[in-house]
Amino acid sequence: MAIWLSRSKKIAHLLKPKIAYFPQPKIAPSEFSYKIYENHVNSSSFGTLSGENIRSPHVFLDNSATMSALNRQWRRTESTRAGEQVETVPYSDDNYEDENQALDFPGGRVSFTHEMKFISEAADKRIPCYRVLSDDGYPIAGSRFEQVDKETAVKMYKSMVTLQIMDNIFYEAQRQGRISFYLTSTGEEAINIATAAALTSDDVILPQYREPGILLWRGFTLQEFANQCFGNSADYGKGKQMPIHYGSNKHNFFTISSPIATQLPQAAGVAYSLKMDKKEACVVAFTGDGGTSEGDFHAGLNFAAVMDAPVLFICRNNGWAISTPISEQFRSDGVVVKGQAYGIRSIRVDGNDALAVYNTIRAAREMVIHEQKPVLVEALSYRVGHHSTSDDSTKYRPVDEIEHWKTARNPLARFRKWVHKNGWWTDDEESELRGSIRKQLLNAIQVAEKMEKPVLAEMFSDVYDDLPSNLHEQEKSLRETIKRHRQDYPTDVPV
Amino acid sequence: MTKAMRLGVLLTRACSQTSRSQCNSQQIISRSFSKTIAISSAQNQPRDEVAHEEMTLLGSINNALDLALARDQTAIVFGEDVAFGGVFRCTKGLRDKYGKDRVFNTPLTEQGIVGFGIGAACAGSTAIAEIQFADYILPAFDQIVNEAAKYRYRSGGEYDCGGLTIRAPCGLVGHGGLYHSQSNEAFFSHASGLKIVVPRGPYQAKGLLLSCIRDQNPCLFFEPKALYRHAKDNIPVGYYELPLSKAEVLQTGTDITIIAWGGQVHVAAESINMVREKLGKSCELIDLQTILPWDEETVFRSVNKTGRVVIAHEAPKTSGFGAEIASAIQENCLYHLKAPVKRVAGYDIPVPHVFEKFYGPTKWKILDEVERIFEEY
Ligand SMILES: Cc1ncc(C[n+]2csc(CCOP(=O)(O)OP(=O)(O)O)c2C)c(N)n1
Ligand SMILES: [Mg+2]
Repeated sequence: MAIWLSRSKKIAHLLKPKIAYFPQPKIAPSEFSYKIYENHVNSSSFGTLSGENIRSPHVFLDNSATMSALNRQWRRTESTRAGEQVETVPYSDDNYEDENQALDFPGGRVSFTHEMKFISEAADKRIPCYRVLSDDGYPIAGSRFEQVDKETAVKMYKSMVTLQIMDNIFYEAQRQGRISFYLTSTGEEAINIATAAALTSDDVILPQYREPGILLWRGFTLQEFANQCFGNSADYGKGKQMPIHYGSNKHNFFTISSPIATQLPQAAGVAYSLKMDKKEACVVAFTGDGGTSEGDFHAGLNFAAVMDAPVLFICRNNGWAISTPISEQFRSDGVVVKGQAYGIRSIRVDGNDALAVYNTIRAAREMVIHEQKPVLVEALSYRVGHHSTSDDSTKYRPVDEIEHWKTARNPLARFRKWVHKNGWWTDDEESELRGSIRKQLLNAIQVAEKMEKPVLAEMFSDVYDDLPSNLHEQEKSLRETIKRHRQDYPTDVPV
Repeated sequence: MTKAMRLGVLLTRACSQTSRSQCNSQQIISRSFSKTIAISSAQNQPRDEVAHEEMTLLGSINNALDLALARDQTAIVFGEDVAFGGVFRCTKGLRDKYGKDRVFNTPLTEQGIVGFGIGAACAGSTAIAEIQFADYILPAFDQIVNEAAKYRYRSGGEYDCGGLTIRAPCGLVGHGGLYHSQSNEAFFSHASGLKIVVPRGPYQAKGLLLSCIRDQNPCLFFEPKALYRHAKDNIPVGYYELPLSKAEVLQTGTDITIIAWGGQVHVAAESINMVREKLGKSCELIDLQTILPWDEETVFRSVNKTGRVVIAHEAPKTSGFGAEIASAIQENCLYHLKAPVKRVAGYDIPVPHVFEKFYGPTKWKILDEVERIFEEY
């Protein structure tokens, strides 16, 4: 079988440029190759040669040279087999698996089959998306979910609103030139907040960057957000990173790093360490849909699986990676299906349904911690905002697509309908909340803006645990330069 | 004359000198897989009649890619977000003009982009890859250093990926922080087999990029992103190349040589005016242009004349490319040196967001260094 496959691949490679449309076989196929044709071609779609078709078996058959090579190859394989064995192979039974004849392969027994069957590149049906609330905020008939109590539900809703207002105000602050950069989570508030609500504060977060709601839920204050965005002396990152690169050890939230997907293999390491310490906690590692293309995504998932590391991978599939739509990011049925290939249990959830996200993450966290192995969650959502303040997404996607997700599929609106219907939330409370959050934010911005920048010494700190001599010299020389040319340097940094 | 005007004259003068010398060679190249492309040149037209246009560096890169795609049917342009024009707009309009088979988005994986480019180049395509930021080229380090750089060598010339060019925006912008500011040319300068180029302006960017694209060695082309919309040059609209591994003497001088590349050329150009005014000394300014393999001859000739050198670059000082230049100078020009070779460079730290204005070399830092050299030696 192994020889057979590797031969076939070679043949396909050699003939690749000649293959165009799938015609009728030019030579009469032998009984056996005809059989392959029957079994597989019918279910495949015909089309011009493309990446997908190269992998399909029918491509091998659409060219006389391939066909005869195939026949030759088959005959050779056939002739090396014991005659009676060939005879006993029941050609007609598609599901036949020779249980007695299993391959004792390292990693487990693999049974033989007489049937040459390729796993399809896609399942017949796409993986469905778990959902609890309908668009109008009613629990869908028959949906199974754990009831969220009033206190949690109201806190979730308030946090989603807070996140939304924070995004609006910081975005505006960037537009006014008060901060250098910003990036909103607009449209993904439910993933942010419902995930946070379903975790405990001991669970360690390795974020991508569009998950500030986790911090918010854990008590990172609006002032703390503002301090980071302004890079002032109260910023835990000491002004070193661009705005939105939050991090807080006390909130178990690893500092955001711009390079995409680097956190994913690290998550396996963090989780392994938690496991060694027998902690009742897991690691929650985020990635975007774009992030799943990086090598680090694959390394991270495989590592977590092999190490039995308690990592909950959450992919926020929001349809876009800057201007790249998911159709140009992967050809799989999204991200959820990638889990199985690594031996990781996976689920797809409606990321704009806060109740569904909450329930999914609760269940996934249970599995991760109690079975001590990773789980992958794909949350479907939409990046309603531009990628960042450096981007104008109307250049590459239709405005009505954005509008649809902003209105008809709005995660806040849906969850609000539900809390409203439960009698847990009123319009008055809503307007009071919005007013008060706005005020707090404007105040936070003012305070953050007025606060001094970190002192110049911070420029050289934290490269190492201790300042080595070369950096000591460089700091000294910078200070002399500043003394000579004060006019050349910003005045808001205390030197 | 204001400083700015003087700088303008200086830089343009250098441009037109080069363009004259570059525009009269008819070259034929033959690529692997026997694709033959004739390079049309402006040689038959009087120089004045060659169409010129005002272009920013961004525009000239776009123009170069446009010409490369038009002339060479095997050329493909790809990378993250390239289809809609790229996050810096360098590939704007190209997909519409050349189709989605030749100008396309890739999945978000730099090792994939470079590996794909290497493969395509090995098979005879002219592969022009964009990495969104030089900071994000590092996932492809293995593909570039172990694969691209060594392809020809390890196969004894059976295979090579000479048709590969990787473009990436580099350098400080004032608010890029750790991961939108790096100049990482020196990391790659340790990998012979690569060519590394950093242009200083629109005219150079176009000519050097077209040379990289046609060159039969894998090239890294780092575009100082702060210069993308910085200033316009009046440059030829048609095809031209500028030679790789050739430094350019932008200003001849007698007392000290200043060597820079990319954005630092502009900083250094300002400082030499100040050196003249304040110290009455005459500087020779060299734009290295190609980092690997670099133009030792031009540098040594200058140093042998002036006997004093300052090298300016944005990348951290330790193991920055200035270190290589300095050691080659002392190996080759020791008896002509009147002072130790000095470097004005970024500090040995990541680029910190709020301290970014403190990080890089400035005209004052260069001036101070020059002043110290004349005081002490
Ligand atoms: C290694 C690396 N390459 C490229 C980039 C530039 N970049 C920043 S965000 C982004 C898109 C990420 O998309 P996705 O993972 O879907 O996250 P989303 O922005 O949609 O939340 C890209 C290409 C980067 N930060 N790091
Ligand atoms: Mg995305």
